[in-house]
Amino acid sequence: MTTQTARINIQRGAPGDPARIESYQVPYREGMSVLDALIWIRANRDASLAVRYSCTNANTCKECLVEVDGKAAYACTARLGRQPVTVAPLGNKKLIRDLVTDTAPPKETLRYALGEG
Amino acid sequence: MSHLSTDILVVGAGGAGMYAAIAAARGGARVVLADKSLIGRGGATVMAQMTVAVALGEQEPDHWTHHLADTLDAGRNLCNEELAAILCREAPERIREMDQWKVGWARADGHLTQAMAPGHKIRRCVYVDFLNTGPAVAKTLRSQVARHDAIVRVGGLSITDLVRDDGRVVGAVGIDMETGRSVTIAAKAVILAAGGLTRLYRRNSASANMGGAAFALALTAGAELIDMEFVQFFPIGHLAPRLVGMDPIMWDPFRYKLGGRLLNGRHEEFIHNYGASDSGTYTVSRDVASFAILSEVAAGRGSPAGGAYLSFEHIAEADLRAAFGPVIDRLLANGIDLTKRAIEVSPIAHYHMGGIRVNGEMATNVAGLYAAGEAVGGANGANRLSGNAISEAFVFGERAGRFTAAWAAGQTMRWDDDLARAGVAAIRAVEEGEVSAQTAGIGPIFGELQEMMWDKVGLLRDQAGLKSALARLRQMRELDLPALAPGRRDPFALAVQDWFDLRAGLIAAEAITLSALARQESRGAHQRDDFPASDPAWEVNQVVRLVNGVPTVERRAVVRGSFELAPLAAAQ
Repeated sequence: MTTQTARINIQRGAPGDPARIESYQVPYREGMSVLDALIWIRANRDASLAVRYSCTNANTCKECLVEVDGKAAYACTARLGRQPVTVAPLGNKKLIRDLVTDTAPPKETLRYALGEG
Repeated sequence: MSHLSTDILVVGAGGAGMYAAIAAARGGARVVLADKSLIGRGGATVMAQMTVAVALGEQEPDHWTHHLADTLDAGRNLCNEELAAILCREAPERIREMDQWKVGWARADGHLTQAMAPGHKIRRCVYVDFLNTGPAVAKTLRSQVARHDAIVRVGGLSITDLVRDDGRVVGAVGIDMETGRSVTIAAKAVILAAGGLTRLYRRNSASANMGGAAFALALTAGAELIDMEFVQFFPIGHLAPRLVGMDPIMWDPFRYKLGGRLLNGRHEEFIHNYGASDSGTYTVSRDVASFAILSEVAAGRGSPAGGAYLSFEHIAEADLRAAFGPVIDRLLANGIDLTKRAIEVSPIAHYHMGGIRVNGEMATNVAGLYAAGEAVGGANGANRLSGNAISEAFVFGERAGRFTAAWAAGQTMRWDDDLARAGVAAIRAVEEGEVSAQTAGIGPIFGELQEMMWDKVGLLRDQAGLKSALARLRQMRELDLPALAPGRRDPFALAVQDWFDLRAGLIAAEAITLSALARQESRGAHQRDDFPASDPAWEVNQVVRLVNGVPTVERRAVVRGSFELAPLAAAQ
């Protein structure tokens, strides 16, 4: 039996870098989420990939908001399919790195605690 | 490097940490509330879907001593009875306070609705519809935290080490996730409210943060861990088909609100073969249900994905909708029509009974170090009663904040940058390590840890498996971990975080394994194939502490109380 795979393209880079797309092939199982794929890539291909998430399965932490094929979506509820998907950071938020944007409430950051604004 | 200074540092901003921060601020303390994730989002609290156990007497007459009796029964004679009594006695006050803060507990007929849950003899579990308890609780506490100017909230701050001076905790060292810079925090006292360790097991209901960090921080700082062998496995975690965007433990409320039939791979009921009655009542205790499902799988009678079937096919769709409304649509969006197919479930690691040993004021044996929530051990003994986790987060959180503030008021700040040097150096060493050719980093070894804990230190244990796991854990801690170099101080450097997660996880895993190996009997969540019976001589707790830097297990007498059941009473 051949293992099914899916392809996922990820926009990566730090602020100021030219954005680059990296493409990964991941083992596929029916119903798997974009977040499942990102976690698999971090564990098995490139641990330096930056993505914000916490609850993983429940869609209650609401931390994993990214753009999937150009639309804002939670990575945990967006699904992988036969067609490759492209994941990018939110376009309307300040980029931190890779898929992570500045989604923390402004008064809940170290910057604010230090009086750095 | 950046530096913060405060009276009290609270590590972890779930239900316990947020309540602790509020209570500490009410007690006049300045607080830094830190979490690896965003405030109020990252812990277990936000994921809790139902049932908070509390003897309110709204649904039917009740009294906290009856809640206590059920808690002690579930705990199999190992509960710290002082902590368990505090939990049950003070839960009503906290639930009422949350009600005043408009959390939105479900109501009907002019009173709070209280549901039956496994292990309870009285309907006493409040909730927020539909399956929304955790998010509602987290949102409410977030709002209350924000009302206190004395609480400085810092999301994305990962605490890596506690800082001590002459045996007293005086602050901490951490990493600001956004920038990757090191942070030192001077504090008169620290409250550890960073949750449990279920992510150390392959099948789990954990968030990314539940990797045992609180236990590792406490043990390393000289505190004691108690009951570490007791990891609660939730018997009917979702297994198949893949269910995205919902909590894997969501089937429990379905089951006891509507009744769902647990069937083995041959579509036969089986719980009754394991000494429990379940058919038609759906109130079998969690440890028995978990053991029964895994035993069926081991006997070759599992479902295709390696668990059991859970069937609601006998329930009318209208009844499903009446009970769970929009959740039924979310399931359909996942391709799951409960009227047409049974889903597959399996035990998954869900909660840790064990944890940091504290007294009734939530103080550890280390001056300046307190704990709250799931990070605390003792109250739940060998098996936690359904619904007690959120009550515990509120009650222990509030007490930790209150008593820590009172203690800190009489203390002076004792901080010196030199004290934090080792902690800061540890961060530097990880960031500046040479990036190895193996770019996968920590992932494969963390995966090995999860597999090993599941196979050898999970639901079914024996001496040979535990010994081999212990040997491998020590090898990972002493040889593998120092050799791993995740590299680079990037913004949002999860690879650096992974290293500290692994370091903490290995310490917590060793504490579990040592305790499980030493306990030569079966009791509650700890089941030994080679010692299948409970032994009255083992009605003792075990404590793990560092002796000359080495985790060592010792026995301690159970803290007993004397309680009489008070008359049941309806809410006034």
